[in-house]
Amino acid sequence: MIDYSDENKILQVEHLKQYFNIGKPNEVKAVDDITFDVYRGETFGLVGESGSGKTTTGRAIIHLYEPTAGKIIFDGQDVSKLDSKKQQQTFRRNMQMIFQDPYASLNPRMKVKDIVAEGIDINHLAKDDADRSKQVEDLLETVGLNKDHSSRYPHEFSGGQRQRIGIARALAVQPQFIIADEPISALDVSIQAQVVNLLKKLQRERNLTYLFIAHDLSMVKYISDRIGVMHYGRMLEIASSDEIYAHPLHDYTASLLSAVPVPDPEYERARVQIPYDASQEFDGKERSLVEIVPHHWVRASEDEIPMYKKRAQEDSRLKK
Amino acid sequence: MENDKDVLEVRNLKINFNTYAGTVKAIRDVSFDLRKGETLAIVGESGSGKTVTTRSIMGLNSPNAVIDSGTIMFKGQDLLKKSRKQMDKIRGRDIAEIFQDPMTSLDPTMKIGKQIAEPLIIHKGMKREKAYAQALEMMKLVGIENAEQRINNYPHQFSGGMRQRIVIAIALVNYPEILIADEPTTALDVTIQAQILDLMKELQAKTNTSIIFITHDLGVVAGMADRVAVMYAGKIVEYGTVDEIFYNPKHPYTWGLLNSMPTMDTSGTELPSIPGTPPDLLEPPVGDAFAARNKYALKIDTEKQPPFFKVSDTHYAATWLLDPRAPKVTPPEPIIERQKHYAKLVHQEIDKSKGKHVEEQEEQL
Repeated sequence: MIDYSDENKILQVEHLKQYFNIGKPNEVKAVDDITFDVYRGETFGLVGESGSGKTTTGRAIIHLYEPTAGKIIFDGQDVSKLDSKKQQQTFRRNMQMIFQDPYASLNPRMKVKDIVAEGIDINHLAKDDADRSKQVEDLLETVGLNKDHSSRYPHEFSGGQRQRIGIARALAVQPQFIIADEPISALDVSIQAQVVNLLKKLQRERNLTYLFIAHDLSMVKYISDRIGVMHYGRMLEIASSDEIYAHPLHDYTASLLSAVPVPDPEYERARVQIPYDASQEFDGKERSLVEIVPHHWVRASEDEIPMYKKRAQEDSRLKK
Repeated sequence: MENDKDVLEVRNLKINFNTYAGTVKAIRDVSFDLRKGETLAIVGESGSGKTVTTRSIMGLNSPNAVIDSGTIMFKGQDLLKKSRKQMDKIRGRDIAEIFQDPMTSLDPTMKIGKQIAEPLIIHKGMKREKAYAQALEMMKLVGIENAEQRINNYPHQFSGGMRQRIVIAIALVNYPEILIADEPTTALDVTIQAQILDLMKELQAKTNTSIIFITHDLGVVAGMADRVAVMYAGKIVEYGTVDEIFYNPKHPYTWGLLNSMPTMDTSGTELPSIPGTPPDLLEPPVGDAFAARNKYALKIDTEKQPPFFKVSDTHYAATWLLDPRAPKVTPPEPIIERQKHYAKLVHQEIDKSKGKHVEEQEEQL
């Protein structure tokens, strides 16, 4: 069980704003004032449609962008205030990323062993060449590949195997926190399950924390402990994955869940999709995340709180 | 099978690809029918031959594809014997396709009105004004608002979902007999996906077009298909009605596919996954191609390819497990649950056809 006490927070995102083309006519508020915490050892799922800002959030957390406003605190330290090179290097060791496209995220000119060992070399984690090879072999074995694979090139592998190489590369520097941005959406169904099982196994063995970004809601529900729903750069709802599916409070969440295709013909024939009118987000009311029932947050204005409280008591709006 | 209702008959199709590494046997003896007004879903992982099959129907395979044997009969004619010029006439008029990626399947330098009207001008020899009027109507039909203004827009001025609507409008503007939809919603968000799927169903009801729907998303299949064909390593391994495939699957590969997709109710530490990867089709295995990944594999699976065993008039599966001599295996728990559900469904059907409902019977007892 995950410890949800304040001391166990590994990541705090506070009023993060990430704008692009500031001041120009094509200014984009990709992420517009979001706040959430991630606890050590949990998987936090971030869902939303394309353009909702989930990938930008991930990239801002790993400090690929300088935030327009707000703070990202990782392991007690403000990510924007890592001054020395050493601090930055430690941060990069502790936080790693797995990318969506297993074809584009591996350098085609590098051998697998060099791809995996890049982080080991930069951080001087290997005593000598023999130790480096040993570490690479162990990592490949951990992700279900074998040591013969180490001197091959990425093009010799299938999509699922490449994603395993990407995972091995992320694990090489022994991180605590991994951002997985749509890690399985480019893979076949039968391979998706393999990769998800691998991620879960590694989490158990190494007490990893994941930020899992995806649009496949059934997979997110399965892998995540808690889920945050994003829309138009804002966080609309945060709750445990069971709770959010049982009692989606925000209309957008309910609409999103009702649109997920279910592999059951009878269910599909009877499906009723809940429509969503996005204009309710732009009525000019002041809104912020409010804890409606314990651990279940919704972006609401003062006068909407009673309505959400009532909704939380009712049965789910999604039929079983 | 009622042949008079079939619009397309694929028989014993074998396609090889000549590559530097050798001959890839991409399609290894595929046969199926497509009926008037139905949606046939073809499911399977990448490399299983779904796309190659439909490309051959469209006459769009790459030059290194060699048709080893087989026929594709459409309106009494074999499409495989047609020349390129003859196929040009059929493509876009009788058979049309919606591709996966709406971002790349439209011409970025051409106004969308022209792109929708083009098939009419080319295939029907329509005058520009008339073709544009019909294009406008089609835009309204697929739900593009302000069609009168937007007809002069370029593709980049539309969102992904709207672009896929335009692609559908182009495909359907000639009211083709057959529409091939190759992963038409994979690039879209779930909410947009639901809209596009509804639109396709609605248009199919109006035009009675037959749809071949290729996807790997079993959720989409459950909602769209009348019948399902499951492909693995260049062969169809199981086919049947959507209810038969989902509630009474017989092939271990179908079991694996159904199990590895989590539903909203799935929990537990491990997802059931299919171990290993699909075989190399440069040298396809001698026996059942799925044997190496199949924990229910029998000895004969490595020696001889299983024939199709009949489950019902509409449901066939190629697995030795259905041979009367095969040992009884217990499928995974969730599959047994599905089968129980199927038994109940069939039971209800029988009771209904007797004119008595189960509940009525219970009341009498």
